[in-house]
Formats: sequence, structure tokens, C-alpha cells
Amino acid sequence: MSINEIQDEIIEEFDFFDDWMERYEYIIDLGKKLPLIDDSMKTEERLIKGCQSQVWLHAAQEDGKINFTADSDAVITKGIIALLVRVLSGQPAKEIAESELYFIDKIGLKEHLSLTRSNGLVSMVKQMKRYGIALSSQD
Amino acid sequence: MTINNINTIPKKTDFEKIRADFPLLQRDMNGKPIVFLDSGASSQKPQQVIDAMNDYYAHQHANVHRGVYQLSQEATDAFEKGRRIAQQFINAPSEKEVLFVRGTTEGINLVASSYGRKFLKEGDEVLISAMEHHSNIVPWQMACEQAGANLKVIPINDAGELVMEEFDKLLNEKTKIVAVNHVSNALGTINPIEEIIEKAHAIGVPVLVDGAQSIPHMNVDVQALDVDFYTFSGHKVFGPTGIGILYGKEKWLNAMPPYHGGGEMIETVTFEKTTYNELPHKFEAGTPDIAGVVGLGAALEYVQAIGHEAIQLHEHELLEYATQELQQIEGIRIIGTAKNKASVISFLLDGTHPYDVGTILDKLGIAVRTGHHCTQPLMNRFGIPGTVRASLAFYNNTEDIDRLVEGVKRAKRMLL
Repeated sequence: MSINEIQDEIIEEFDFFDDWMERYEYIIDLGKKLPLIDDSMKTEERLIKGCQSQVWLHAAQEDGKINFTADSDAVITKGIIALLVRVLSGQPAKEIAESELYFIDKIGLKEHLSLTRSNGLVSMVKQMKRYGIALSSQD
Repeated sequence: MTINNINTIPKKTDFEKIRADFPLLQRDMNGKPIVFLDSGASSQKPQQVIDAMNDYYAHQHANVHRGVYQLSQEATDAFEKGRRIAQQFINAPSEKEVLFVRGTTEGINLVASSYGRKFLKEGDEVLISAMEHHSNIVPWQMACEQAGANLKVIPINDAGELVMEEFDKLLNEKTKIVAVNHVSNALGTINPIEEIIEKAHAIGVPVLVDGAQSIPHMNVDVQALDVDFYTFSGHKVFGPTGIGILYGKEKWLNAMPPYHGGGEMIETVTFEKTTYNELPHKFEAGTPDIAGVVGLGAALEYVQAIGHEAIQLHEHELLEYATQELQQIEGIRIIGTAKNKASVISFLLDGTHPYDVGTILDKLGIAVRTGHHCTQPLMNRFGIPGTVRASLAFYNNTEDIDRLVEGVKRAKRMLL
């Protein structure tokens, strides 16, 4: 599936939820469930420091595609990371670099990606795209 | 309610009527009536402050201290009236000792820079505490670096109180200034600044007090304290952002070099040599925040009309109530349990991150602060990433506390 197809799929899933409570319960669930990154990967150079919560991001390339694993100390941040990883991980580098992540806004979570929240997510998305740019420019 | 008739209310002050003076508290957040518990970051403004600033811009504005025309004189009068109100509010001996700054941060930076340039030498020491806001750490680090001086830190105990025996040991002939907060923004601890000032003065060391978190909650008398520098922000005491006060004893302010150069702070300028203006103007380069001063004056008059005694009583009741109710929730850990506390409650909920709790509270219309509160060394001392902080003002009520407690319970159900 392409990046946009996955985004549309997530938007559709979130349409089933009636209110913010259900949306957040789902995100919290995602955050609790996923062992997103190996503990040995939680190193200083993979750490993206936010003012509120912290994010660890690891990228590995395979045949022009990038696999992301990531984690956070806050469960809501981690849940949103799970969605971002689902959308971007395993995609071609060029498409990651050029992606437009509209699903966050559509599912009512845009405040988590605003600068005022400084939970590390904005920097994480930038970092993911930077990996995409770096790898696609090697081709 | 107007300022004038607050005074006429007998005995029990009607804080519900006072709450109605704050238009912002009537709005919703995320579809629910707002519960504003972040006054420690910035307080809301009563209509009286908003009106005073609007009125100034609509009818009185011109630049101050310059024009020969009537309007400029009126603006200057309004501006200098703000200084007199601030002077009386903290009982400063002279208007010359009351400087307008942008806020507490600038007040501390001014002293660290100007006092530091004059009095700090290699090997000297600056003494701060482990519970300082970054704004009372970083300016001193910068000043120390410039002079080759050393920063020393008074430790705290697990309750979040200064360890005064350690203070006694750290204070010595190398100490050139002590800089501490009156009330901790992250813990609510009220520090024994009287004792600190007395002991520092006993060996001739001046003391700067960061009053950002104390001024909204308690009476401050700089003469009774005999404090050398006291600084606070307007926006935390129901006034506008971008304006604050630095009180400094004349003998220090006269001895210190100016902070910023420019218009207003000079007496004569030639390309060879500039002589500086008298106090307070020596430290007030450039066109000041005139409307801000007018707004700050209105805010301080508003607080004075309610009265510190009534405010303290009301806030103390709320703090006790909030502490007691929050402690009923299993897994709550209150950070900062000093005997002497202002109306700030920092807490953690076992097994949750402050960001997650804050996010759910936000959805419930409750505004709290989460994170390290610009006190990273303090959070490190407790070994925590941050806290959820509810900071109260006199416009809060028990219903706000009830909504907070319900919100925390809801967050707990969702997150655990």
C-alpha cells in the first residue's frame, strides 16, 4: 500500500469513533501494545528531546526503502508514533521525503504535531523525512 | 464589580463576584467550561486591566518624558503613576529604586549582567538554590563565566525545602551575591528569605529575590525584608505580559553600570563620552512599554483592593482542599510537600507520564502545566521527567478542584 492509501485507511478507521474519548482510548491502546523499538536502540543519538516527552527513532534501509522503529516515554505520543510508523515505514525513500501527512489533522490529532506541544513528534517527522531525502539523493 | 466597591464588602470576600471580573474564565475549552489551573505560568486579566490599557491607547498615548505638549505630559503622568503604584505595592522607599523591566527574567538578567560586571571577579561565588527556575540559573552562569566566578547551589530535602545548614556552610567571604526565589514555581515551597537575607547581610553579601511566584499570592514589603533586589512579572499578577518590576536598593543601582544603552538613559552624549541619566532612567533605555505599565498599575490596584489577607485565606483553603482530594486518588504522588507552601500542587500519577495526563485533562477543559516547568535540575534532583502542575489563583474555586480531581481519575482509568 502507498503512503496515501494507508493514511486513508487510518482516516476510515477513525471515522468509527464517536468522540475524543474513543479516539484516545484507541491511541492509548496502540501505545501500550507495541514494543516499537528494541531497548538497546534507545541510545542518546537516537533520542529526540521534546520539552514534554521524548522520542527514540531508529531507521534502517533495505532496497531503497526505509524501515522505522520508534518509541516514547509517554503513551499517547507512542500511540501516535505507531500510526506514523504504520504510514511511513517500509516505504520508498523518495516517497517518504515527498509525503504529505494529512491524516493527523483528519483524525483530530493535529495539536500533538504543533510546536506548542513540543512532545518530540514534530522533530520526529522532520527526522523521518530527512532520512528519506538523504537516501533518495544517493540514487 | 468595580475596584471601588470591593473594599466595601464586609468580612468574607465574595470570590465568585471577583471571578466574574475575568472575561476569559467565561469561555470554553474543548467544548467544556474552562478550568484554568495554570496561573503559575500566566494569570488571567480582570476587565479593569483590559479597560485601563484600552483607555490609555484610545485617549492618552504619546511618547513619555519627551514631548512639550499636553498629551505627552498626560502619558508621562499615567506612566509614572504606574511606578508609584508599584512602589507602594512593595513598599519601596523611593520611586528611583523601582525599575520597569520586561519581566522577572529581564530583572534577573539586568542584575546578573550589571552587578556581575562591576562586582564579580575571578574565584568569587554566586549562591543560588536547587529549586531555581532556569531564569535564575542561566543569567548567573553567564555572569560567572564572564568573570571566572563559580556558581554554588543550596541543596533541598525530599520535601522540597532548602537545607539551611548547607546554606550556612556555602555562604562565605567568596560569596558576592545570593539569588533565590521567594516561592518555587514547580513545588510551591515558600523559602525563608528573611533568614537568608539576614545571614547574607551579616557578612555584607547582597540578596536578589525572584518574586515571580510570590507577588500574586502574598504581601511583599521590600523594606521589612531589607532585600537588595526583588523582581517580578506583571503577567503573573493579573497584569499584561511584557512588563515587570525590578526593585533595587539605590546604593547598588548607583554603583552598577547601565544594562542597555540608548535614548532616555543618557544625560549627555558626545562621540567621545556619554554621561548617564539619574535613577531609575539610567536603567530604562528606549521607549518603555507605557500601556503595559498602565495595565500593571491597574492590576496591582485591583489586587490591593481585594487585599492580601483575603487572597491568602481563600487560596490556602483551596490548596488544602485540593491536596486532600488529590491524595484520595490511589497512585498520586505529590512532589513538593514543604510545610510552608503557596497554592501550587505538582503531582505524578503512578505508571503514567505527565504529558498523557495533561492531554486528557485538556480534552476535559482543564488547563494545567505539564513537563519540567523550566526547572530541569530540580526534576533531576527528584529523578522524574516532570510533573503535572495545578497552580491556583484567587479566581479559582472548589468546583475547579472537583473537576480536576474527576479529570485525574478519568485519566487514570484511560491510561492504566
